[in-house]
Amino acid sequence: MTTLLKPPPALDERVGKRGMVSNLLGRPEIGALVGAIVLFIFFSIVAPVFLQANSFATVLYGSSTIGIMAVGVALLMIGGEFDLSAGVAVISSALTASLFSWYFSVNVWVGVGLALVVSLAIGFVNGWILMKTKLPSFIVTLATFLMLTGLNLALTRLIGGSVATPSIATMDGFASAQAVFANDFTIAGVDLKSPVFIWIILVAITSWLLLRTRVGNWIFAVGGDENAARAVGVPVKWTKIGLFMGVGFCGWVLGMHNLFAFDAVQSGEGIGNEFLYIIAAVIGGCLLTGGYGSAIGGAIGAFIFGMANKGIVYAQWNPDWFKFFLGLMLLLATIVNLIVKRRADSK
Amino acid sequence: MTANDMNSNETAKHAAGPTGTGPTIDQETLLQNETDPLTHTPVHLMELEGVGKHYGNIIALTEVTMAVDMGRVTCVLGDNGAGKSTLIKIIAGLHQHDEGTFKIMGQERKLTSPREALDSGIAAVYQDLAVVGLMPIWRNFFLGSEITTGRGPFRRLDVKAMKEITKNELADMGIDLRDVEQPIGQLSGGERQCVAIARAVHFGAKALILDEPTAALGVKQSGVVLRYILQARDRGLGVIFITHNPHHAFPVGDRFLLLKRGKSIGYYDKKDITLDELTAQMAGGAELAELAHELEALGSHGDLAQELEAEVAETAGQLPH
Repeated sequence: MTTLLKPPPALDERVGKRGMVSNLLGRPEIGALVGAIVLFIFFSIVAPVFLQANSFATVLYGSSTIGIMAVGVALLMIGGEFDLSAGVAVISSALTASLFSWYFSVNVWVGVGLALVVSLAIGFVNGWILMKTKLPSFIVTLATFLMLTGLNLALTRLIGGSVATPSIATMDGFASAQAVFANDFTIAGVDLKSPVFIWIILVAITSWLLLRTRVGNWIFAVGGDENAARAVGVPVKWTKIGLFMGVGFCGWVLGMHNLFAFDAVQSGEGIGNEFLYIIAAVIGGCLLTGGYGSAIGGAIGAFIFGMANKGIVYAQWNPDWFKFFLGLMLLLATIVNLIVKRRADSK
Repeated sequence: MTANDMNSNETAKHAAGPTGTGPTIDQETLLQNETDPLTHTPVHLMELEGVGKHYGNIIALTEVTMAVDMGRVTCVLGDNGAGKSTLIKIIAGLHQHDEGTFKIMGQERKLTSPREALDSGIAAVYQDLAVVGLMPIWRNFFLGSEITTGRGPFRRLDVKAMKEITKNELADMGIDLRDVEQPIGQLSGGERQCVAIARAVHFGAKALILDEPTAALGVKQSGVVLRYILQARDRGLGVIFITHNPHHAFPVGDRFLLLKRGKSIGYYDKKDITLDELTAQMAGGAELAELAHELEALGSHGDLAQELEAEVAETAGQLPH
């Protein structure tokens, strides 16, 4: 029997040397990286202000407010699902913290803690309904999106009597919470805000999680082929619910920043932002069908968003052009992703 | 051609088999020789008796009796809709039977999840293949049973070890793969089957269920997969080989269960049946004769019959009768 089988040669002649370049081209985020570099050079030329350290810090800050969510959403999309409720869930979280602390006159940290519970619960409910009903996540989270939008407006008016929450600036714990979620750091004369650091830390942790842990393996698997994953014993249900809760966690972080950057929250905000998060993830190389993508890609996608957003201001153009730019970037980055991926695979 | 290879292999292997039994085994000797390693009592690795399953008022499977032993291949044959898939789903823990008994190592069980089946040493390699196409081979190999190092929050994948084991395990199975980093979706159907089999063997499967592994493959590729079935058998695994092709089943099988419309229409030891009998049983003797008449009427019977007869004779000539 064994004599019939050829022993594998030590060095297989069918494996060609794969150079650094083609290895790099095989990465999911390559399209986004190329787009980011092109956009960076473009704005550096049309708006020299763009290159100043403080302008760059502003771009980073703008990117981080999308990027924090894009991390969670990118992971969810690799896991094969969507979350259309992510935009308003951010506001729900901020409203919970603000209204609870104000209504019961407790330390704002209590509200912050409760907001975390609520955010994780929203994620859990999304994931749980999805796994129970087997409906597409598009439908399930569209329903949660509408319900949360309504709840945000109705409960804020019911409790606070207005469309915005009352100010909590003078309450206990506000200063310390602000120091965590909305602080300004001046490093070498450059003004950086805390979400930038939180964003970078989140990207680093999730990248590691995705590529070097069991959970990361499971995320790719449930997005790539749910049934195959289930058949080899991957806990599909809990992986997906966990991913929705991850989006919830990111929503809580951003919601707390939104609250403590000012001292009140507009209850009608957040609608439409879910698409920005999805766009950032898709520009970053996440496949809409799941199973492919990276956390860093989502971060680069958010950075492109930040550059386009602020770059237009620095170039002193009308901000009306922003959405056009975003659409163009989305199209170009995904086309580049596609071409590069085909090239890299056929090599 | 491939069937030829398979047959001679099979004969040679049996002569030098670990238990020393000849190619013709009957249930009695099997039971005497194969004992539960823990209790040293004669016991089947897996035993189904009168197993049935219905979905609502649809009876998918009824009165199925079969046994699986270590180092033996049990073939389940049947046409489309015969209940083969239902049967393996029960054994693999995807569905639960609602009639009869299902014993693993002499213990009556009802498996509630694929995980439970895996923990009991039953691994299934499905027709539509439980692999994630976009993921690298080594990640697929260890999916769901990853090796980790470190503790607590720093518990991480041991990438190096996993890549090395994947490469070695595949080499041990005689599977010659290019690069364990390439996405498994780029492999051919046969190669993917082999990776799945090697994975099951590595993770200490005692029983291997193969759901139509040769259905979508060409002649040569099928031969390769059949060879791995024998290799898994020689490693002491109990193999359940599901197929609708008696030409694939006969050379590798030790026992044959024939299903038709959810019912068992025969359960044979290899010594009690020949390939043409098996083929005839599969097609249903009367139906086959009818088909022959029809073909004759259409004028194409001569060539086809000659071809078939030649094939049957060739295969039968290799049999250790």
